[in-house]
Amino acid sequence: MTAPSKPFRQRGARSLHFLPFFREISKKKVLYLMILPAIAFFMLFSYVPLVGIYYAFTNYNYAGGLFGSPFVGLANFRYFFNGGFNSPVWMLTRNTVLYNLIFIFLGNILQCGIAIILTEIPGRIFKRFSQSAMLLPHFVSFVIVGTIAYNIFNYEFGSLNTLLKAMGMEPVNLYATPQAWPFILTFFNIWKGLGYGTVIYLSAIMGIDQEIYEAARIDGCDIFKEVRYMTLPLLKPTFIMLVLFALGGIMRGQFELFYQLIGRNGQLFPYTDIIDTYIYRSLNINFNIGLSTAAGLYQSIFGLITVLVSNAIIRKTNPDSALF
Amino acid sequence: MNPKKWQGSRIVFNIAAYIIVTFAVVASIVPFLMIISGSFSSNASIIKYGYSIFPRDFSLDAYRMLFLYPKEMIRAYGVSITVTVVGTLIGLIIMSMAGYVLQRKDLKYRGQLSFFIYFTTLFNCGMVPWYMLISNLGMKDTLWALIVPMMVNAFNILLIRNFMRGIPDSLSESAKIDGAGDFTVFVRIIVPLSKPILATVGLFLALAYWNDWYHASLFIKDVTKWPLQFKLYQVLSAQLAMSQAGAENFSGGTLPTEAVKLANAVVATGPIILLYPFLQKYFVQGITIGAVKG
Repeated sequence: MTAPSKPFRQRGARSLHFLPFFREISKKKVLYLMILPAIAFFMLFSYVPLVGIYYAFTNYNYAGGLFGSPFVGLANFRYFFNGGFNSPVWMLTRNTVLYNLIFIFLGNILQCGIAIILTEIPGRIFKRFSQSAMLLPHFVSFVIVGTIAYNIFNYEFGSLNTLLKAMGMEPVNLYATPQAWPFILTFFNIWKGLGYGTVIYLSAIMGIDQEIYEAARIDGCDIFKEVRYMTLPLLKPTFIMLVLFALGGIMRGQFELFYQLIGRNGQLFPYTDIIDTYIYRSLNINFNIGLSTAAGLYQSIFGLITVLVSNAIIRKTNPDSALF
Repeated sequence: MNPKKWQGSRIVFNIAAYIIVTFAVVASIVPFLMIISGSFSSNASIIKYGYSIFPRDFSLDAYRMLFLYPKEMIRAYGVSITVTVVGTLIGLIIMSMAGYVLQRKDLKYRGQLSFFIYFTTLFNCGMVPWYMLISNLGMKDTLWALIVPMMVNAFNILLIRNFMRGIPDSLSESAKIDGAGDFTVFVRIIVPLSKPILATVGLFLALAYWNDWYHASLFIKDVTKWPLQFKLYQVLSAQLAMSQAGAENFSGGTLPTEAVKLANAVVATGPIILLYPFLQKYFVQGITIGAVKG
């Protein structure tokens, strides 16, 4: 193309397609340079690894690497999906989705309720103090949450058993009682997120026009009617929006919570294993690269679908809040 | 209509409200009191009576033991502080620049760039390919494996972008007339005006770095590079694994005692508790900014 014998017009026609692109870039060099680090970051850590999805179709070995390991087709997926209701995929999906449903609905209801209560009760100092106290669990790591759970439920010295023994009852070994963990995990999830969610609902309540309350009081509206017929309907859009956004991520489990509370206690897995913990163990403990990639791919695709569905619903109910 | 009835329902509501909130507050605080009181108890009393909210006796043995060889603790603190400070600073610089560029209306490829960044939150390759990449980049067993993965994220960039959108264009226009370039405008005008959102995002990031044990569990085998939370996890998990496995005949003398474990937990969380009043205030402001702006 650079050969001088080529006619000028042909060169021009060829580069014309790219011209606006280069002109834009060179005109705003500084701006594009400023965003370059972020773009490079996502390119390297989010887009380049997409190639690694190929691991899901291999029986990985370290000598072979990504493209040198034997190709096994869908064998990893077959293992993951095999067994009907006993298959890993069914158990993990059921646990992940059910836990998230409870976390999302119960969490939002309690956060909303506490926010309403905090705006209604008198006593500035009490309000301030209780808000700070409820936010405290949000600030500690899940390692600490695991410690706390262990302090309470530990068979030998746990405070629950201390209490039971003091009342003359038999101590319980909850680390060998799978049925108890849905309740325990739900409690700690709510416990950690309560303060954070309350702040969000409080800011939504702040946005409500106070004059309507004045008017209602003059009309003789009591507090329960006020909450029932005014605050709740006005918070409904916020509630629906937060729930829908959360439902979009329903395939993403609360990995840190589950791993710190349950760890590798296989006895509890039927009730407590979620996709994220399964992938982590397959990678970090069993070193099964192919299987864990396959499970991850399943989670990502299913997750994409749920996000798209929730966004479509949001777009219908409230176009301004839609993500895209 | 009837002021008496209004007052009556008020009283009922307030009583119920105070009970509910008090319960939530107690549930939020008591576990921490248990850890603190346990760390100041003698190990013997924990073994004899179990954990409790108020210490049955007072003993500094656990802390004395912990600081008998302070080197390990200081090293873990060093790792956590380094990772938190370096990661938060670099992350803030990269994300604030990106956020600024993405809200410039005169940028032709603004939409494409936003989508490029946003898409990463919709679909990702899953954990394993990402893990293999970081291993292949040679970041394993270096502090970079703790810093880099959490440094930049799409959500925070969009938060910053949305905030900067609210800054009136006239401010940067007048600076440009005086001959300032895009970068100068960003540093001199946009950054100072964006302090609230930068403080918020910085706080989110710093908290995430400080509480991170996950990346260390994947990438750091070298004991001298363990951050505080992962060191704590290792101390605790020895006992935890035992109890979770249901093994009761495992009482070796080498295991850390109950009180020492709790002292570890207190030391690892200490800075957050000390800074809490300050953190809390900015945090609440920050969530509110994020919630209002979407």
